[in-house]
Amino acid sequence: MTDLLPSPPPATRRPAPPGALSIGWARVALELRLFVRDPGQLVFSFAYPVVMLVIFGSIFADREVAPGVDFRQYFLAGIAATGIMLTSFQAVGLAITEERDRGDLVRLQTLGTPPLAYGIGKAGQVVLTTAVQLTVLLVVAATVYDVPMPDDAGRWLTFAWVAVLGVLAGTVLGIAVSSFVGSARAAGTGIPAVAIVLQFFSGVFFVFSELPGWMQQLAAVFPLKWMTQGMRSVFLPDAAKAAEPAGSWEHGTTAAVLAAWVIIGVVVCARSFRWRRNAG
Amino acid sequence: MTTTHGAPALPAAASGERPAVQVRGLVKRYGGRAVVDGVDLDVRRGEVFALLGPNGAGKTTTVEILAGLRRRDGGSLEVLGEDPAGADRRWRDRVGVVGQSTGAGDALTVRETVDHYARYHATPQDSAELLDAVGLEGTARTRVDRLSGGQRRRLEVALGVQGRPELLFLDEPTTGLDPAARRQFWTLIEGLRDRGTTVLLTTHYLDEAAHLADRVGVIAGGRLVEVAAPGALGAGLRQEATVRWTEDGAAREVVTREPSAVLRDLLAAAPTGEIPDLSVTRPGLEDVYLRLVSEGASR
Repeated sequence: MTDLLPSPPPATRRPAPPGALSIGWARVALELRLFVRDPGQLVFSFAYPVVMLVIFGSIFADREVAPGVDFRQYFLAGIAATGIMLTSFQAVGLAITEERDRGDLVRLQTLGTPPLAYGIGKAGQVVLTTAVQLTVLLVVAATVYDVPMPDDAGRWLTFAWVAVLGVLAGTVLGIAVSSFVGSARAAGTGIPAVAIVLQFFSGVFFVFSELPGWMQQLAAVFPLKWMTQGMRSVFLPDAAKAAEPAGSWEHGTTAAVLAAWVIIGVVVCARSFRWRRNAG
Repeated sequence: MTTTHGAPALPAAASGERPAVQVRGLVKRYGGRAVVDGVDLDVRRGEVFALLGPNGAGKTTTVEILAGLRRRDGGSLEVLGEDPAGADRRWRDRVGVVGQSTGAGDALTVRETVDHYARYHATPQDSAELLDAVGLEGTARTRVDRLSGGQRRRLEVALGVQGRPELLFLDEPTTGLDPAARRQFWTLIEGLRDRGTTVLLTTHYLDEAAHLADRVGVIAGGRLVEVAAPGALGAGLRQEATVRWTEDGAAREVVTREPSAVLRDLLAAAPTGEIPDLSVTRPGLEDVYLRLVSEGASR
């Protein structure tokens, strides 16, 4: 058996190792494979938004938040944005701290893996799982609760860019936060806590315009508020924009704030990402 | 040749090929305490070098610095002709590391794991051949979290050598293995050495170092206290013999480099009859090792 052991090629005849994109692509496939083999992740990512829609849709079955706007319709916008945050920010932040604690990341370090390749793997997995999650959510909302779906391409385009910017911001912020929360245990309580508070502040469970002013202003610093607002511009009738803080959907501001968070996240990742908890 | 800023340049190798690893005055501190405290070390190309020492002696830290996984606080370093602190991915690909415990994604099968990590290397070994070579051909479709401890170690090794490294670092590779698995593991390391891989392994098992290594470096308290072929380890200490006997009902003992002289005196003092419990013993490898370690740790 040992005659099959590898022997090293001369250093001069060894080609350059594969680049970050090539490894990143392989990692997307790996991350997806690990995702579908983790029942907890599958259920949480795909069923949680639907379950929330069912619960809130049942509690506020006949409530209108504005003339012609059913609560479920309003809530769908919020839970779609929340779903994106959970599959990106929360899931990525938790996964990385676990992988770091388990030593998975030390292996990547010993292999000289470009951190970019690792980030690509996470982002690719998040994009695809979020796409599935949103599809399931919209199908249930449309078929079970008769929430009207937008019928013009412009609104679907808005849906697409809000979702993509939200996924990117959530992913890079999830990677960034994993460098500061310490152990997977600490992350397991800290990251979901942040996510839940943001949901309350950002008008997911309550109508945003009915929240106290200070809460609205604080929420406006973070991406989730802008994601829910962007999603409202997709699923609510145009007349509903009168109830928004600025009296309009603020697409320009939404895009700018989300893009700013993507950039901040990338900068923090680049400066703080580490394979081990105690680097040095 | 690369040198670190502010560190002295390494002297050129005395003759022939440059060593695979050349370390001068390596220092690593954690919280002000030096866990590696001025280590000098050469590992020649093609040899198996064992860093032998008790737990906490600084073995793992030393290996992690040499493998470019941690930063050093002092000293100069050349591994495969480069300073690991600033080495690029080309260098990385020439070095293999088998750590103490590193995960690989427990939900994957063995074959999936090996196939995935092949994508990181310039010249990966064929997956099926690799699994054959480490004796995992029968578990290719087993999930990693269902492997036994010994099988997991084999997978670790497979992943460590998958890129056909010129230099392989093994950090306590057989800790926790049963005796049969250790023997198989040794055969594996010997096979790698025979095929031209330089091996630096750490161990706290004296028999492992004696069996596998061409040369052994004994490390204690962050210092390298001796470097020698296994048979020559502690040559000075081994010249000391202990003469024991019983005199007037009391046990007597003399430690000497000239036991024959001591015996002559004893025999002259008792020309007739037996000297009770007379024995001359020389320290075994283990005694020598334990003394080296305790002296090194208390210095």
